[in-house]
Amino acid sequence: MGARSWRLPVLAALAVVLAVGPLVLSSYWIGLLTQIVILAILAMSLDILLGYTGLPSLGHAGFFGVAAYGVAVLSTTYRTDFWTCVAAALLIGIALSAAFGLIVAHVRDVYFLMITLALGMVLWGVSYRWIPVTGGDNGISGIPSLEAHAGLPVTGPAAFYYVTLVVFLACAALMRVVVRSPFGLTLRGIRENEARMRSLGFNTWLHCYLSYVIAGAFASVSGVLWAYYNGFVSPTYLDLTASSELFLMVTLGGPATLVGPLLGAGLIVLLKNVMSAYTARWLLILGIVYIVAILAAPQGIWNLGTRRST
Amino acid sequence: MTYLITQSLNGLFSAALLFLIASGLTLAFGVMKIVNIAHGSFYMLGVYVAYTVILRTGSLLLGAGVALVVVGAVGFLMQRVFLRRFGADPLPQMMMTMGFALLFRDLALMIWGGDPFTLPYPGMLRGSMEAGEVVFPYYRLFVIAVAALVGVALWMVNEKTLIGARLRATVDDPEMASAMGINVARLSGLVFAVGAGLAAFGGVMGGPILGGYAGIDFDLLPLAFVVVIVGGMGSLKGAVVGSIVVGMIDNFGKALVPELSYFTLFAPMILVLALKPTGLYGRA
Repeated sequence: MGARSWRLPVLAALAVVLAVGPLVLSSYWIGLLTQIVILAILAMSLDILLGYTGLPSLGHAGFFGVAAYGVAVLSTTYRTDFWTCVAAALLIGIALSAAFGLIVAHVRDVYFLMITLALGMVLWGVSYRWIPVTGGDNGISGIPSLEAHAGLPVTGPAAFYYVTLVVFLACAALMRVVVRSPFGLTLRGIRENEARMRSLGFNTWLHCYLSYVIAGAFASVSGVLWAYYNGFVSPTYLDLTASSELFLMVTLGGPATLVGPLLGAGLIVLLKNVMSAYTARWLLILGIVYIVAILAAPQGIWNLGTRRST
Repeated sequence: MTYLITQSLNGLFSAALLFLIASGLTLAFGVMKIVNIAHGSFYMLGVYVAYTVILRTGSLLLGAGVALVVVGAVGFLMQRVFLRRFGADPLPQMMMTMGFALLFRDLALMIWGGDPFTLPYPGMLRGSMEAGEVVFPYYRLFVIAVAALVGVALWMVNEKTLIGARLRATVDDPEMASAMGINVARLSGLVFAVGAGLAAFGGVMGGPILGGYAGIDFDLLPLAFVVVIVGGMGSLKGAVVGSIVVGMIDNFGKALVPELSYFTLFAPMILVLALKPTGLYGRA
């Protein structure tokens, strides 16, 4: 227990920064905080798969991207109203993960990794090549602001931040319920020993499938928020680099914890933005971060000092 | 008919390149259970290294040789120093190769700049073959022949030599193979190096047509993965069949429905996965 005593102060500090940060920070930093919070939802959703179920998805940014594209296409080309737009985008993301889930829920380990990677690349390819709908490489700009589209009184970056924070807290709470429920415990059981879970009578395929769809649903929430935050979507949000950055967020922060992905998202977003302000070589630095992170903290930061054997 | 033949030959050319890339990927997977994100980077590095050599000497063949050796050595070092310590643990291995993929891309940008280029055609392979109405460049035929040769050579090594026997044993059961006295670590290094070298060689072969540009690494990687998934991970025969299937489909897809060209790759993959999750020639 002693080895983990640093966790509480870190958690408190995180909470303080997330809660009151925007009141004192400049709009640049509020923007970064917003990014962190949105991507934390995404990273947490991946963690349900990767950390809790032991299914390493390398195409997870796809659902994020598809939902973001959903918002972009519906709000610009079709001028749909806010709630239809959000509901449809979420539905598209969930339907897609339900369809992909049928393909991947029976494969495991490295096969899962490779197949999700290929599926993610397919989504990227569609966003890149289906130019009449997605605008191809140029992406889609001109997504209305939340204020204009929803008619909510959320002017300025701080107000938008607090909207995302509320969504984040709701999602985090829901995910916490999921991973602590008997369902979540079964997922962990599958991660540790699927054959045993199956012989105990659990339908492991169904559990993996649902885990995949749940992760896809939360990823879609994150994608919707991102579309409104950014006002612009492009294929780079769902390419392999994006998916593996997510992967890095989870593994760096600490898989099978929900705080870990938040930490990971925070570190990566800060690093990317701070580094790219000082040097054009941030890709190089990011590459080194991957390597060092795996060598130095293979269990993730939040799991430092705890013993876990995976 | 002419159209069909020309497109089929183009498809075979894509298949030839894909085979050069995917054979190394699938072999490394078979031995080390590694999902190598940096495999496309080996292809890219191959093009760039050959570019430097060709600028100085003008010889594509020499460029191909140097690229094969240099990138093979890079792969060998990467495996020995960084990947080996993770045994057959796929996640850290994958993350590690992702880090290297980013590193290689930025290094290539630093060393060679971001301008796209193509490698020159070798002198004697300029021009096209004409048979009736079918006109087809000699160079593409040459690449198809080279890939076929490489395929036969790999098959010979795999089936007829001691190293090949050890390789097959390790793919089947690494623990048992190592208990039998096979040095699995050294074999892994060798396979990884050969795979890296072959991808680089593929890069040089594709160089006069596809050229080199920032991002080619991740453009080709998914194609190679689809080949490996369709053919069966770890299977050389699967890599041959997968390359042809993917090369043909990609080529006809691009010609017939260009907007959905990525999507057309998806269909055979789903079909194969639904019927045989381990791929056509893969073993569970």
